[in-house]
Amino acid sequence: MTPVAEMTNATQNTVDPAEIAKFEAMAAEWWDLNGKFKPLHMLNPCRLDYITRQIAAEFGRDLADDAPFTGLRLLDIGCGGGLLCEPMARLGATVIGADAAARNIPVAKVHAEQSGLNIDYRHTTAEAMAEAGEQFDVVLNMEVIEHVADPLGYLKAVHDLLRPGGLHICSTINRNPKSFAMAILGAEYVMRWLPKGTHDWSKFIKPEELFDLIRKAGLDPVDRKGFQFNPILWDWKLSDRDLSVNYVTTSLRPAA
Amino acid sequence: MAPEHDILIVGGGLNGPALALALAQAGFRVGVIDSLPLDTRKDPGFDGRAYALALASQRLLKAIGVWKAIASEAEPMLEIKVTDGIAGQGPSPWMMHFDHAEIEEGPMGYMVEDRFLRRAFLDAMAAEERITQYPSETVVAQSVIDGAVRVTLASGKELSALLLIGCDGRKSGTAERAGIGRTGWGYGQTAIVCAVAHEKPHRGIAHQFFMPHGPLAILPLPGNRSSIVWSETDARAADCAKMDDETFLQALRPAFGSFLGEISLEGARFTYPLNLTLANSFIAPRLALVGDAAHGMHPIAGQGLNAGLRDVAALAETLSEARQRGEDIGSDQVLKRYQQWRRFDTATLAIATDTFNKLFSNDNPLLRAARDVGMGVVNAIPALRRGFVREAAGLTGELPRLMR
Repeated sequence: MTPVAEMTNATQNTVDPAEIAKFEAMAAEWWDLNGKFKPLHMLNPCRLDYITRQIAAEFGRDLADDAPFTGLRLLDIGCGGGLLCEPMARLGATVIGADAAARNIPVAKVHAEQSGLNIDYRHTTAEAMAEAGEQFDVVLNMEVIEHVADPLGYLKAVHDLLRPGGLHICSTINRNPKSFAMAILGAEYVMRWLPKGTHDWSKFIKPEELFDLIRKAGLDPVDRKGFQFNPILWDWKLSDRDLSVNYVTTSLRPAA
Repeated sequence: MAPEHDILIVGGGLNGPALALALAQAGFRVGVIDSLPLDTRKDPGFDGRAYALALASQRLLKAIGVWKAIASEAEPMLEIKVTDGIAGQGPSPWMMHFDHAEIEEGPMGYMVEDRFLRRAFLDAMAAEERITQYPSETVVAQSVIDGAVRVTLASGKELSALLLIGCDGRKSGTAERAGIGRTGWGYGQTAIVCAVAHEKPHRGIAHQFFMPHGPLAILPLPGNRSSIVWSETDARAADCAKMDDETFLQALRPAFGSFLGEISLEGARFTYPLNLTLANSFIAPRLALVGDAAHGMHPIAGQGLNAGLRDVAALAETLSEARQRGEDIGSDQVLKRYQQWRRFDTATLAIATDTFNKLFSNDNPLLRAARDVGMGVVNAIPALRRGFVREAAGLTGELPRLMR
């Protein structure tokens, strides 16, 4: 083999270093506490508290154990940079992260590698995975449904992605004047936490509407909580009663 | 490569082992690095050093399972008497008297000798399978690479973890290597620490005498013995250090007074130059500071170890919660929670001890009158008195779960 042919082969077999540098920069952006995704980082501990406790309760796991989610197959839809996938992998789950945005996949992969975690990131959609017959013990569906065109069709795909007895955690934003003020005026225009146009208020879903859709998709709703923002402590906490802006629900696919 | 430890702790004194135990019990694999060999640290002889453990600190020791080993050697502190005094003239009539009977939780704290505390910690660490000890080792280098902190020991051994914690005291090398600067000043005072035996029983009463050169604390130990923390000017302390035991006792007697009868020395004498030294940050990438490494303060209120143990409880709780959420325990997001919890509290305490020392370590007659009236006022108002008792017992502020 000539030296020239060798060089050509080398470039074909490896990813462009400039591309990797770009992904690393984007991963750094995703994981920058004060960057573009600051609102997600602020909300994340509260989301994780809810998710981990629901999974532990449903599957009889003790969170104090080493790798308590070992043996559970988990799908995170809309995984972004991996803010939920990485904690779930650290807790021992077999994690598949799916994102419809192709550019998020290499970014999430680069960061997982830096964190020493093994996560299967895929550029795909819930519908395509359901079509392919994939099934999971847990499906995380966080802050996604307010962005999809056909929520019922989407939830039906989520249903198919769950094993009988599987757990579905879905969070979104309520539709009322307060959520408009907080999530759109506050987060996008005043605090500029999110790019303007991130959310379309008319797509926000009231809890009763979401439960209705979940039931129509064949799932049984079992729990709901609010994510409540405290502007003085600058912190989020779970609330049993206040579902007025951000809220989260758990539902189960009935055992066969 | 995944690190072989979750957490590495530099410093096997008191805060280090307490933290190692709390973390191991929360499920972490912990390594503890200390420059001294184990048998030196376990030396059972009484050397005169003792600690005032606030009630909250005692609860922490109970929670991590070392209290049962020292309970029978601990002396409950039932009352605290604070007096303004001039050597030779005896205490002034103004004083503050705090009694544990004013709160429902029990004694304000316990006096425990250093030797019992260290031995209990070392035994508990040896029995904990999640703890690996690296005795007779010093850290020569540390760096953060690829989601882990890597540490090189003087022996050439290389260790790695998700998080490195400096429990290595006022001159913390861990902080220095991470480029964390310090703020502070010396007090021109040196603490002389020793134990005395006395004729009459102390009845569980701790005394704090404010003398012009610095405060003198007399703290009850089991039997007819008390622990002494005597802050003097550097020059006077240097003189005292040169004295033989009998000459030293003669120097101590006028300050100590005669209320406990004849006194004699027990064990050795130690001197500690006093300074205030605050780390400019309690955290750095994959690094946290605990105890004196974060905040070395004046021992005037006996709060040094207690503040350190409070760091221990707060950090253990923060990390344990992060672990159960699946968060990266060495991430800024997690470490910032610890710093936010502890930094304000410890800075406030450092300033308070600094101010008390300045207020009381002098002979200005006007200041003396003012502080005497202040003490009289506190002593006359039950709510204020109870506030001080709760403060001394370490029960104020946002208490970590291990201390509740």
